[in-house]
Amino acid sequence: MKPIITVENISKQYRIGTREAPHHTLRDALSSAVRNPFRRLREQGQKKTETIWALKDVNFEIQPGEVVGIIGHNGAGKSTLLKILSRITEPTTGRAKLYGRIGSLLEVGTGFHPELTGRENMFLNGAILGMNRAEIERKFDEILAFSEIEKFIDTPVKHYSSGMYLRLAFSVAVHLEPEILILDEVLAVGDSAFQLKCLEKMQDIRKDGRTILFVSHSMQAITRLCKRAIYLSEGRVMDDGPAHQITSTYLSSRLKTSAEKVWTDLSTAPGTETARLCAVRVRTADGDVADTMDIRQPVGIEIEYEVLQSGSRLVPNLHFYNEEGVCVFVVGDLDEQWYRRTRPAGRYRSTAWIPGNYLSEGTLLVGAALTSYDPSIVHFYEQEAVAFQVIDAQDGDSARGDYTGPIPGVVRPILRWNTEFDISSQETSTPAVEEAAL
Amino acid sequence: MDLTTSEGARMLKSSATPQDASSTKAELSPQASLSLPEEPLFVIEPSNSWVAINLRDLWGYRELLYFLMWRDVKVRYKQTALGITWVVMQPLLTTLIFTVFLGMLVRVPSDGLPYPLMAYAGLLPWTFFSGSVSTSSNSLVSSANLITKVYFPRMIIPAAAVGARLVDLGIAFVILAGMMLYYRVSLTLNFFMLPVLVVLVTLLALGFGMLTSALNVKYRDVGMILPVLIQLWMYVSPILYPLSLIPEQWRGLYSINPMVGIVDGFRSILLGRPFNWTALGFSTIITIILLIYSAYMFRRVEKGFADVI
Repeated sequence: MKPIITVENISKQYRIGTREAPHHTLRDALSSAVRNPFRRLREQGQKKTETIWALKDVNFEIQPGEVVGIIGHNGAGKSTLLKILSRITEPTTGRAKLYGRIGSLLEVGTGFHPELTGRENMFLNGAILGMNRAEIERKFDEILAFSEIEKFIDTPVKHYSSGMYLRLAFSVAVHLEPEILILDEVLAVGDSAFQLKCLEKMQDIRKDGRTILFVSHSMQAITRLCKRAIYLSEGRVMDDGPAHQITSTYLSSRLKTSAEKVWTDLSTAPGTETARLCAVRVRTADGDVADTMDIRQPVGIEIEYEVLQSGSRLVPNLHFYNEEGVCVFVVGDLDEQWYRRTRPAGRYRSTAWIPGNYLSEGTLLVGAALTSYDPSIVHFYEQEAVAFQVIDAQDGDSARGDYTGPIPGVVRPILRWNTEFDISSQETSTPAVEEAAL
Repeated sequence: MDLTTSEGARMLKSSATPQDASSTKAELSPQASLSLPEEPLFVIEPSNSWVAINLRDLWGYRELLYFLMWRDVKVRYKQTALGITWVVMQPLLTTLIFTVFLGMLVRVPSDGLPYPLMAYAGLLPWTFFSGSVSTSSNSLVSSANLITKVYFPRMIIPAAAVGARLVDLGIAFVILAGMMLYYRVSLTLNFFMLPVLVVLVTLLALGFGMLTSALNVKYRDVGMILPVLIQLWMYVSPILYPLSLIPEQWRGLYSINPMVGIVDGFRSILLGRPFNWTALGFSTIITIILLIYSAYMFRRVEKGFADVI
């Protein structure tokens, strides 16, 4: 299929540092007004300015209907890329071809004026985003209903709470109907209920077959909304491929934590003279070290340690934190074989198995510790020793069923449900229901 | 403690299948029907220094121009006790002061018109022009949030600032009509030149506004010097005094100031006397040159606005 967006060797250079110094006088300002073009040419040769490449030789193609997440560290060039594709700024070299109308949303509420009422801002903001008057009028009721601020629509927005403001702004934005939608981190606003609504609206947009380019720091949002992701680092495309794969590459680089951490030199490894940590690993049921786990599959966390002095009762324990820093759970080794007895010196490898369909989607950071009781001593506690990502492929057999929206919560179990159904209370029962009751 | 009982998983899976299929179908069908144009709608690439003015693009964004104008008018007098009355008050008060000091005490000649009427007729285009230039020169800088977040032809911003002042000009004309009735000045055929003069002063303001607004993005000095410049400009324009006060031999040089022809033109409409075509010709030529230069220079620098603002 023909791509809807083609990006060919796009680079963008910014000048930093002393760039403006020779320009700041009035005399220069006035004279450059007249002979600006020639002056610029001359300066190019002489002036030594420090430059940085915000983007360097970026290439990719996007097919119509694709939803592509763009990820990268701060300063990786994500926003610059979106600005170029939105035609806000020009690339220094290279070119991009767009085969569709573009709507970009780099900020929520662009052009809102505090003195104007909600209604007035709705029209103004709509026009700024590229909707025409007739289009806004047609969608007015829908936008208003979506925003849930009907009562305040004729109040100047300066009297709005920040939540109301965002609701109104977002409502206008999600009703944009371009063929290509460019979003920059805008989903990270508003209260969680409204965020949910917006994500659902995004799903609708996606189902309409429109193309979406989407920058976010939420890997959950990326893996949920996008099939594909592009990972930018220092202005270059580091990786481009299936969203879950790319996000895990990104996360391991961001966290500087991967699925395996090994201490080769025992003398500098975390620990006391009693015991030292050797390695922590994330394993699949097949025994492979992996940083991306299917939500349905069990995850094994292996902790390897050397006991240097015999005679202590040692309990290895693991501390699980999610991306938001919430402690998901802490678990200790209660295995009867070792729990109530002292351990002889030697190398140990303990693995804790987290069942499939237990963790929630997202990143989990695992801290590994070894504790002894009576007296209570923490021999080592290595925070964020390893990390892994739990992804939901949305095949319909995970805890989410057919639901595609975000699901809050630190765990996501599948529970056994029991439904009691009394057929006699049903006046008009269809044959299908009767069949089910039987 | 395996939570996935095989039973439960099977149940969920079986219930999922039919809907799953329908949702994939729904996702695919619009894609299939979506036909892409042969040629790209936009090609984004570094442009060379001089780029043509994209009139079609400007036309496509005319509604935004309207909305921004409307916003400027609406916002300017919000939370003022007198509101839109200020549009009238400003030139009227200035006229009053000038009448007392220059008309009555200094006795500046007024070409046979009552001094207040002469002064007001001069202040009318001048207030519009100076107001337009001062708001449009700041317009880009104060719209930084728009420029860095959304694409649209940047020319719309200074144009909207000038456009918003046209509304004020319209209201000021109502007062002029009142004054003309009061002083029993009747209209002549010259009146038909009014739209031409309004267009001319608008284009001049637009040209100057685009130039100063674009410069102001990079050199904020413009914002400092402009009020002084506008003040001086008023004294070298026949606002407080008639053109006839300038000695004949200097009038040619004096008329290089494009506001001379325009202001004098406004007075000619009131007086029903012949127009000073030389001065008007100068104004027209300078306005057109300025407008074209400003537009091209604006186009040349606008692509960098988002990076430097």
